[in-house]
Amino acid sequence: MIFDPRIITDHLGEIGSGFLVTLATWTTGVVLGLVLGLAIAVAQLFGNGFIRAPLRVFIEIIRSTPFLVQLFLVYYCGPSIGLSLDAVPAGIIGLGIYGSVYFAEVFRGGFESVPRGQLEAADCLGVTRWQAIMRIQMPQMLVMILPALVNLVTVLCKETAVLSIITIPELTMVLTGIGSETFAFVETLLVLCIGYLLLVEACSRLGMLLESRAGRYLQRHAG
Amino acid sequence: MFDGPLFLQNFPLLLSALLTTVEVSAAALFLGFFIGVLVASLRLSPTPALKRLGGAYIFVFRGIPLLVQLLFIYYFLPRIGLPNVSPMAAAVIGLALCCGAYIAEILRGGFMAIPHGQLEAAGLLGLSNAQMLVRIRVPQAVRLTLPGLINEMILLIKASSLVSVVGLADLTRTAQNMAASDYMFVQDYLMLAAFYCLINMPLAWCGGHLERRLKEQGA
Repeated sequence: MIFDPRIITDHLGEIGSGFLVTLATWTTGVVLGLVLGLAIAVAQLFGNGFIRAPLRVFIEIIRSTPFLVQLFLVYYCGPSIGLSLDAVPAGIIGLGIYGSVYFAEVFRGGFESVPRGQLEAADCLGVTRWQAIMRIQMPQMLVMILPALVNLVTVLCKETAVLSIITIPELTMVLTGIGSETFAFVETLLVLCIGYLLLVEACSRLGMLLESRAGRYLQRHAG
Repeated sequence: MFDGPLFLQNFPLLLSALLTTVEVSAAALFLGFFIGVLVASLRLSPTPALKRLGGAYIFVFRGIPLLVQLLFIYYFLPRIGLPNVSPMAAAVIGLALCCGAYIAEILRGGFMAIPHGQLEAAGLLGLSNAQMLVRIRVPQAVRLTLPGLINEMILLIKASSLVSVVGLADLTRTAQNMAASDYMFVQDYLMLAAFYCLINMPLAWCGGHLERRLKEQGA
């Protein structure tokens, strides 16, 4: 079991493109999840019963089923209802849907953590509902939920490995592919592990940086 | 869209595969719990080297996707002279190693919530460190973190959908095989999703119920 660096250097191009696919599906999946999650949270908090009940069912179903099963549903069952998707868009949509319910839960907690009195005060001062959400609730809640958001983003980073099962050529698929071509599983799997550790670590470092920035911002504007 | 006879034919197959999924998850949770207690104790140990060891375990097993860890086990066990490990054992080991790291982080919170005076009192009464762990720290930490542990159980059952990479025919793989032979993707995969909901929804309900009760007791 000697590490042979040639296996990696010979396939640098493929590995690089796999890394880019991982990055691309991850970031677009996160953006989609954030947007959907915010929409779900707002609909849950401000919508009526006709919106809330089906949303509740949707959230429970997504939270109870594995990401892989959701991917199968999007990718293999899409064509039966006239929605034929390539692997990459199907993967991004799957990632977005999976992430959205967890993001929604975080956003909902954030909205509820801002004291009601502040909104009532804003109402008394003639601030509109929209202004109150954008200028009072949003900034405070974003700072508060930042750690939870960063945590979810790293979870989604790790979930992108599952996309290899529906044949998206991301990092895991590329490196295991090289492994089965060359039988150099030690090298490829080690690189794969280090790659993910670096990605996850970079993401959480970035999150900590953002958190300290946000903390300072709040201190400056408090009182 | 819906094929009744096929449903009746597939239902018992999925039901027995559900048993495999539950078995592998339960075994992994059991093993993972011991790993979790060990790693959490390491992280809270006063010795810097042990503390770092616990931290490193958590960093590695939480930072690498479970799928990659399972691939590692699948390709590596034969290499280190263990070619005949059954898929079931490989799946349980893979899941337990990973969920041990998460359980360690959950239990750490519980361990830290136990007042230090209790441990001092136990020390004065002559309990050894191991006795303190088994009789004082673990029971209380489990009680305090039960909602988190149930949540981990749900995550584990969902994560077990990946064990087909080590060759175990769990719920997901069985449904995949069905869909590949009868081409009824929508029906088979919806059944699959329903089966997961069947186990996870009651668990989630129990977890929520316990969490509310713990909150009421705390208040």
